[in-house]
Amino acid sequence: MTDTALSLCNVSKAFGQMQIIRGVNLDVKKGERHAIIGPNGAGKTTLFNLISGRFRLSSGEILLNGARVDHLPPHKINRMGLSRSFQITSIFHRLSVFENLRCALLWSKGYRYSFWTPLWRQRALNERTDAILEELNLASRRDTLAGLLSYADQRALEIGMTIAGGASVILLDEPTAGMSNTETDNAVELIRRVSKGKTLVMVEHDMKVVFDLADVITVLVYGQVIASGPPQAVRANPAVQEAYLGALAA
Amino acid sequence: MEIVLVSLLNGLVYGMLLFMLASGLTLIFSMMGVLNFAHASIYMIGAYLAFTISQFAGFFPALIIAPILCGLLGAGIEIWGLRRAHVNGHIAELLFTFGLVFIIGRSVQMVWGMLPMAYRVPQLLDFPLFTFYGAHFPAYRGFMLLVSAGMLAATWVLLKKTRVGMIIQASLSHPQMASALGHNVPMVFTLVFAGGCALAGLAGVIGGNYQTTEPGMADAMGPIVFVVVVFGGLGSLMGCFIASILMGMIQTFAVVINASLLDVVKPLGITLTGDNLFTEFMTVPVARIGALLPFVLMILILLFRPRGLMGTRDT
Amino acid sequence: MLIVAIAMPWAFYNYHTGRQSGFVVSMLSQMGMMTILALSYNMLLGQAGLFSLCHATFFGIGGYATIHFLTLAGDGSLPLPLELFPLLAGLSGLGLAIVFGYMATKQRATAFAMITLGIGELMTTAALMFHHFFGGEGGVNSNRMIGHSLFGFKYGASIQVYYLIVAWTVISALAMLYLTRTPLGRMANASRDNFERVQFVGYDPRMVRFLQFMLSGFFAGIGGGLYAITYEIVTFDALAAPLSANALLMAYIGGTSAFGGPILGAVLITLLQSGVSLMSNSWLVYVGALFISMVIFAPNGIMGLIAAHDPIVRGGQFGRLLVPYAKVLLPGLIMVLGFIGLVELASFLTIGAAQGKTLVLFGTRIDDHAPLPWLSAGLCLVGGGLWFGSEARSFRRVWQGLMGELQPKRSLA
Repeated sequence: MTDTALSLCNVSKAFGQMQIIRGVNLDVKKGERHAIIGPNGAGKTTLFNLISGRFRLSSGEILLNGARVDHLPPHKINRMGLSRSFQITSIFHRLSVFENLRCALLWSKGYRYSFWTPLWRQRALNERTDAILEELNLASRRDTLAGLLSYADQRALEIGMTIAGGASVILLDEPTAGMSNTETDNAVELIRRVSKGKTLVMVEHDMKVVFDLADVITVLVYGQVIASGPPQAVRANPAVQEAYLGALAA
Repeated sequence: MEIVLVSLLNGLVYGMLLFMLASGLTLIFSMMGVLNFAHASIYMIGAYLAFTISQFAGFFPALIIAPILCGLLGAGIEIWGLRRAHVNGHIAELLFTFGLVFIIGRSVQMVWGMLPMAYRVPQLLDFPLFTFYGAHFPAYRGFMLLVSAGMLAATWVLLKKTRVGMIIQASLSHPQMASALGHNVPMVFTLVFAGGCALAGLAGVIGGNYQTTEPGMADAMGPIVFVVVVFGGLGSLMGCFIASILMGMIQTFAVVINASLLDVVKPLGITLTGDNLFTEFMTVPVARIGALLPFVLMILILLFRPRGLMGTRDT
Repeated sequence: MLIVAIAMPWAFYNYHTGRQSGFVVSMLSQMGMMTILALSYNMLLGQAGLFSLCHATFFGIGGYATIHFLTLAGDGSLPLPLELFPLLAGLSGLGLAIVFGYMATKQRATAFAMITLGIGELMTTAALMFHHFFGGEGGVNSNRMIGHSLFGFKYGASIQVYYLIVAWTVISALAMLYLTRTPLGRMANASRDNFERVQFVGYDPRMVRFLQFMLSGFFAGIGGGLYAITYEIVTFDALAAPLSANALLMAYIGGTSAFGGPILGAVLITLLQSGVSLMSNSWLVYVGALFISMVIFAPNGIMGLIAAHDPIVRGGQFGRLLVPYAKVLLPGLIMVLGFIGLVELASFLTIGAAQGKTLVLFGTRIDDHAPLPWLSAGLCLVGGGLWFGSEARSFRRVWQGLMGELQPKRSLA
């Protein structure tokens, strides 16, 4: 098998007349930490939506671990080992934190649509859920309704739900958006921990986070890749500097 | 042949009546995302009000006053009820309008009683407009066509040619954007809701003496109107128009067709004996299933083309 | 609760006739069936976020099927004990729910509601049309004394049928409760909260809803089976829109967020229906007004209101609410009385007059053409309403104060 976890070949997406993504080619190697940056409106979230199956491609191909996924519905892509978080926190707000995580674990633990299995008696499942809670530092909030958590805690839960299923490729869409400095540092630590051994692709605006975590950076402007490579190379790239002036100098 | 022509005309009249009701509902639904279950109830109120007003002042004043009253009622419902329900979520709004159906229904019974009202066609319009094949075509029906066509034209002008209309149109297909542009969307909402109710009231005024004015009218018209709205699609008055005429025609024509599924297969030499469910299913004449057809159509279109005929947004 | 259910009829033992009060047994039987209906409806509304308008269809099909099965059992072709008939009814409901559920769950939210509306109307019209299965307007009937029983009961007396109902209601309720603690149940909740997230944890939300719809139809069918056994006749009312609306009402007023909410709602509504409709023609107006007030002010139903007190009770501060409650109660009562007064006056003016009845209050006839009763009722409504409004505002201040005090204590725990 290839050692490319995720591969985009000539991916394009248009909404009516508006061409959002134009012929993007991208390869993410297994175990890589890959950041996608770019100005607002460049199409980063759209790209994520295309990869995760939320939107359909206008043209091109997407391969996950060597298999084509571009016309599959999101839940099938998820079962093949790709998971994502959302820019706008997307959790089950009327369920407790514990329940949220447990739901994220169910499919990967083989429970399917069972309506006869009593959840409270599944020791292995419940213990694993508690273990993840510990990792996320949310154990003290175990029985709180997810909708009542603080913003940073909700983001942590979101990340937790994304990795709980054991996906090998993780997409994080602006995980530290709206966080204070301390919260951001905690989040980065968390991300570093939970993405060990997995392939990570993230969209970020916070350059400090990007340079902290990423092995490879891709710059997306107006739906096109204008640069891709190790952080230092990208930083020095004149085209990037021109498009993204000032932000990288920081 | 005469049946076809007569049915065609009657279907048109009924279709236009449906359109008056459905257009108000489409506007409300497209813009506010709320399915106003009580829309047919407002129609009923319009009919009853027209009856009462015409007892004192005659039919033509009622034609003007009743819709205005219905519009005011609609504004009141929106401001004091719907807006508050909106805070509690989408389903709460649906439930609210659903609850209104009960209250309005029973209130009408309380105020006017349970018997049908003798709401008659006004003397002035009670003559045959023309006769053909020995059947009269009442002038009143011509009047109904006139009013509904006039209303369609007026609405079209309002929406396409005035500023308010432009804002409403924008809100029909892109509500968030319209709001983001700084328009007083809550007030536009109230306006649209009140307008929709006024239209329903107008439909009630002219429909009440075409059909019977009795407490069950809302339940009779309600479901069909929903079908029309869904069928025609969100965000499109033209789709609503086509759907109304289509439904009107289907219902009118179905009643006169006495064929059944068995008649379709008879030429193949198939006969059915025995008295069981299957036989019954095959021998039921289309005339009797007429009532079913709109719902079958609605289900089909929701399954295969949820946007409806010409909708611009998904339901 | 179970003990109450079993003991209730004995509380109304009528020593004259040596039997339990027929009225009470009948009402309690109704409560049992409605409980199953409301609980199964809440599997959709409260637990899966599905607003269905055709729920009675599955109840009704269960009823119709049971009648036919009873007839078959009666002439010997179906040797099954009566106790198991509700199960057959449930399976009928399940079968229909599979067909309709497949169609309806293809869509979400409003489109889903519209499809169910169409299905409901379709079935009602079909029930009137196809005489063979549905018996047209007169319905179908049968005899429940088929001579087969697991426990040797004859089921002639309604008290025996009542205990059968209690048994099945308990079984169904427990089953539905169990369901909420299974993977499907939890994912149904999840799909209510966030449809998209469900996809991104590996589940097909459409499948989750489809299964939930199927199971909900199964339980509704059981209720219909009990209905058929009790009344021995089923007409199109058993699947018509008013019954679906009833299910919605019961689940919502009781409270959709708590499991026991629909049970409370079913009991309450049945009580009101039996009791109030005896006294007044206009009980629909009251229910409608109650429903609308709840939609606006208490969207989580009665159970929700009770649950909202939880932090205050736990913090031991309930005593501080007693006086504000008392202050709110009196004007509230006056306002409600005024409303009832107006409604009753209006009702008697038109409907009552047609029926030859007049309004009698405390033994004195009230002339509804005179202005005085109208004025006093109107005054009560308006005056009471204004007073209530101001008391309610100060109540809210006390409430918010209490919640604010208790808040920091909670997060430290």
